[in-house]
Amino acid sequence: MVRETPARTREGASMDEKELLRLFHEMVLIRRMEEESARLYQEGKIGGFLHLYIGQEAVASGIISARRPQDRVITAYRDHGAAIACGIPVRAVMAELLGKATGTSKGKGGSMHLADVQRNFWGGHAIVGAHLPLAAGMALADKYLGKDAVTICMFGDGATNIGYFHESLNLSMVWKLPVLWVCENNQYGMGTAVERASAVGEIRQKAEGYNMPNRRIQGMNVLEVRQAAEEALAAVRDNDCPFFLEVLTYRYRGHSMGDPERYRQSEEVQRWQQDDPIGIFRNYLLSEGLFPDEALSAEEAGVEQEVEQAIAFAEASADPPPEALYQDIYKEG
Amino acid sequence: MAVITMREAISQALWEEMERDERVIILGEEVGVWGGTYAVTKGFYDHFGPERVRDTPIAEAVIVGAANGAAMAGLRPVAELMTINFAFLAMDQIVNHAAKLRYMFGGQMSVPVVIRAVGGGGRQLGATHSQTPDAIFAHFPGLKVVAPGTPHDAKGLLKAAIRGDDPVLFIEHATLYQFRGEVPDDDYLEPIGVSKVQRQGSDVTVVAYSKTLQHALQAAEQLAQEGIQIEIVDLRSLRPLDMGPVLESFKRTNRAVIVEEGWRSYGVGAEVAARIAEEAFDYMDAPIRRVAQAEVPLPYNQALEQMALPQVDDIVSAVREVL
Repeated sequence: MVRETPARTREGASMDEKELLRLFHEMVLIRRMEEESARLYQEGKIGGFLHLYIGQEAVASGIISARRPQDRVITAYRDHGAAIACGIPVRAVMAELLGKATGTSKGKGGSMHLADVQRNFWGGHAIVGAHLPLAAGMALADKYLGKDAVTICMFGDGATNIGYFHESLNLSMVWKLPVLWVCENNQYGMGTAVERASAVGEIRQKAEGYNMPNRRIQGMNVLEVRQAAEEALAAVRDNDCPFFLEVLTYRYRGHSMGDPERYRQSEEVQRWQQDDPIGIFRNYLLSEGLFPDEALSAEEAGVEQEVEQAIAFAEASADPPPEALYQDIYKEG
Repeated sequence: MAVITMREAISQALWEEMERDERVIILGEEVGVWGGTYAVTKGFYDHFGPERVRDTPIAEAVIVGAANGAAMAGLRPVAELMTINFAFLAMDQIVNHAAKLRYMFGGQMSVPVVIRAVGGGGRQLGATHSQTPDAIFAHFPGLKVVAPGTPHDAKGLLKAAIRGDDPVLFIEHATLYQFRGEVPDDDYLEPIGVSKVQRQGSDVTVVAYSKTLQHALQAAEQLAQEGIQIEIVDLRSLRPLDMGPVLESFKRTNRAVIVEEGWRSYGVGAEVAARIAEEAFDYMDAPIRRVAQAEVPLPYNQALEQMALPQVDDIVSAVREVL
């Protein structure tokens, strides 16, 4: 297992107390929404595949909270965290998981295909690596149109072994595209450990191969991730050049709900859980005297209610109407 | 009406649309400094500049993928694939992304991309560079597939593809670039998804498109000397497929020959024949015949290659057989 520096807390850049509490709320919301969706999956109310983000919350929250509104976010199929961090209401996410017409994608995408382009969240993409060239193209358009926008493209360690990754990193460097590449290294591509699939142990070395500025950070402390993201986004803007951020993290649950997890020991999971991103952040907020325990508990209780209401909303929502089957295949005709 | 080549027609369409709309950009291998490997974009780089005419690495997946992404973000990119055979390297971006993003995200995203690809055999380029896999791409809902057979249609259809909001695979036949035809002087569009009768006749309906349209027109001349009048319906678009003119013609002639350059199995002819059988069975007076490529990887040797490709004489024979 890769541990470079011990997880530790420190003051994040440019954050007031309101923002700290908002981040705490968001991470708890992602966690609780997913725990409930696991239950709904087991009850048969969610179909298809369900890939949980539990354990990685500090990455989505830390990275995405550092963006400006014009900055795009695009990610892979483990997308619930990014969706909520982009500001999509949890009820729209839950409705999509239940396949309802009120879902983010009108019930046609499911868990792996959440999106809300009004909130600059461009999906939820389920072919490993395939959204990297899309990110390059969106950044090309923004640059061409003279917009001060960075495209934040998140993907797993597994995506860094596919051709798309290399074609996209290379092109982004040749064309100096405003992309922040974020590799969420959660140690496994499905059930295959990084060292069994990747010729280089530090994935950031692959960016090095394209002369791309890069950095490897711990991803369990949201404030550290946030600070690194602010610096990386500034680097993209200031230097007119893409940046590669490798974030070390861990998913507590299996690859998807149907994962027997033969590839790792429960002790390993437990070791990572000692550095739980929500636990670290909660302790920080308490120990720094920023919030009393009651304030955080009240926030957690608020999340419970929000998730409950989201499930009720999703369950009460209608299925897409039959005519939706043939809608949105083409714009014209 | 000016008489120009297919190459000039395609080049004019691109040039005029780039002049008209700054969101139109071109990206692909050797489209810029080189001027296009088929010289379609000759002079574009100097006129429009490197920001709008972008030479890419030899990396088809990211060429189409970046074009898709740029389209999602508001541009109208025209990606050029040097040959349609290389589209297989970008297959996932074409069929899993361009064709699906609008639907899969509930109508939120548009991918107004045009993917130009050079297809067809007959130039001794060997098995991997000579294919006509049009039907494979036409299989996917969400994608539009266009394959013009005249300079007039090439120019009007390409302009419509660039202005439209849907992803279009625009297939240009490698041996048609020098083919000449009349093109209107003014700005015009041809509608995607509309078949067209290119020659009127009363004896047999011949369905063709792209290169095989020209073969069918030559066959018509030969057959006319024998007093046989064939009606030629040019599909022009494979998806959406407009069967209207085909069925209308078939109901008068009661006989059909379908010509395609791709392989017969699971091909365009199979689809058109099935639709005729489903929708006009009562009008059928003879078995439908398909003229297509021999079921072999195309060989290099010129004589062998020509044996494998559908020829004018094959169409003439097939028409005689159904009469």
